[in-house]
Amino acid sequence: MKQTIRELLAKHGNLPVAADALKDDADLYDAGLSSFASVQVMLALEEEFDIEFPEHLLNRKSFSSIQAIEAALNEILKHQAA
Amino acid sequence: MTAAAKITALSQTDRARRASKIAAEFADRVDAEARFPSEGMDALKAERLMGIMISPDMGGEGASLTEVADICAILGQACAATAMTYAMHQIQIASLSGYAVGSQWHEAFLKRICAEQLLIGSATSEAGIGGNLRNSLCAIEVDGDTARLTKDATVISYGEASDAIMVTSRRHADAAHSDQVATIFLKDQYTLERTSVWDTLGMRGTCSDGFIFKGEAPSEQILPRPFAEIAAQSMLAVSHLLWGSLWYGIAADAVARAQAFVKAAARKSPGQVPPGALRLAEASSLLQLVKSNVVAGLKQFDACKGDEDALNAMSFSVAMNNVKIGTSQTILTIINHCMLICGIAGYKNGTPFSLGRHLRDAHSAQLMISNDRILGNTSTMLLVNKQDTSLLG
Repeated sequence: MKQTIRELLAKHGNLPVAADALKDDADLYDAGLSSFASVQVMLALEEEFDIEFPEHLLNRKSFSSIQAIEAALNEILKHQAA
Repeated sequence: MTAAAKITALSQTDRARRASKIAAEFADRVDAEARFPSEGMDALKAERLMGIMISPDMGGEGASLTEVADICAILGQACAATAMTYAMHQIQIASLSGYAVGSQWHEAFLKRICAEQLLIGSATSEAGIGGNLRNSLCAIEVDGDTARLTKDATVISYGEASDAIMVTSRRHADAAHSDQVATIFLKDQYTLERTSVWDTLGMRGTCSDGFIFKGEAPSEQILPRPFAEIAAQSMLAVSHLLWGSLWYGIAADAVARAQAFVKAAARKSPGQVPPGALRLAEASSLLQLVKSNVVAGLKQFDACKGDEDALNAMSFSVAMNNVKIGTSQTILTIINHCMLICGIAGYKNGTPFSLGRHLRDAHSAQLMISNDRILGNTSTMLLVNKQDTSLLG
């Protein structure tokens, strides 16, 4: 899943650094992720995993690192399976 | 009882009203001469209103944002330049008092703000970046315990009158544009070299000249939290709410003038409804809309206060952006209505019904943080964020 997140970040994140070079817990906003790009990545993730981000996960924290995105996705997928 | 304690024993609203009387007296001159509203600002200092949002243990009064917003609305009815200067100062206070807790230097500085009634400016705009608060080109250089910063600031509102300036920059020379920190520089720690003069349509008294800022200060004056956090959780919302409040004030004074005009006409011809009366009713309805918008925003802010998740939520940003868009657009319609009601007496300067200053000041509202930029930002968020369709939130 982390690999997919990295690929989508590379494609839609418009980051000044290579997504592959980012550590799992690196702050994506510090790395240059804009709020516009974060929404584009979010849309790409929704499409890829056929999910919808619920209101309580639509905040800066959910997108602050690759690790945080993975945690948010896992939470959504767990709810969907239930 | 000390003199200061005697003043603060009175309600903040009463003190703001007293200061606003003085501000109103000089509003036309401040506007005509495009000079700093020193009389109004001195009155606010004399009323000990500069540090009220700071907690009482540091010498403040622990006032809520709603209470400060009320003061902005009162001042907006008197002199928009005084109101805007006060509002911008309070935006810095909100950032400092909320996001520098635990930092010894900043806590001592907050105490100084209260004791000496200091005025705090800010330098966020930069050549090459424009008005995008969340981007910097300049980078702070930390050398041991010393921090140095040079910034080509296209706008520093009341820069020359400030006792200290909060300046944004990149965290270090290799940091991304959005990886920012904010640093407080005291007046004796920087120089300002003027690069442009604020000769504008309205809000002339804010004296928002451009400067090359050069500062050197102990590095402990850098705010401990990232600027991204301060901007997202405090600065943007506080700006929209305090500006909205003073814009409401400008429109409210215009409506009061239009109402006085209609009333005078009604007195002259008893039994007849003056021609402007219907338009006044329309303006009154629009003014209520602006007021409700601001008050609802303030309530939402108060409800989210201290809750990091709520302040970071996209729905909160959308709501605050909507307050800004709604108020900044509607006040122009309102003041234009008032102008139609008052006719030439409103168009002409120096009458009791003059509205030129109101209209010119109000035109700044859509531009300070461009409405197009805000709408763009909201439209991005609405790609994923569901519109809140509840009535009570």
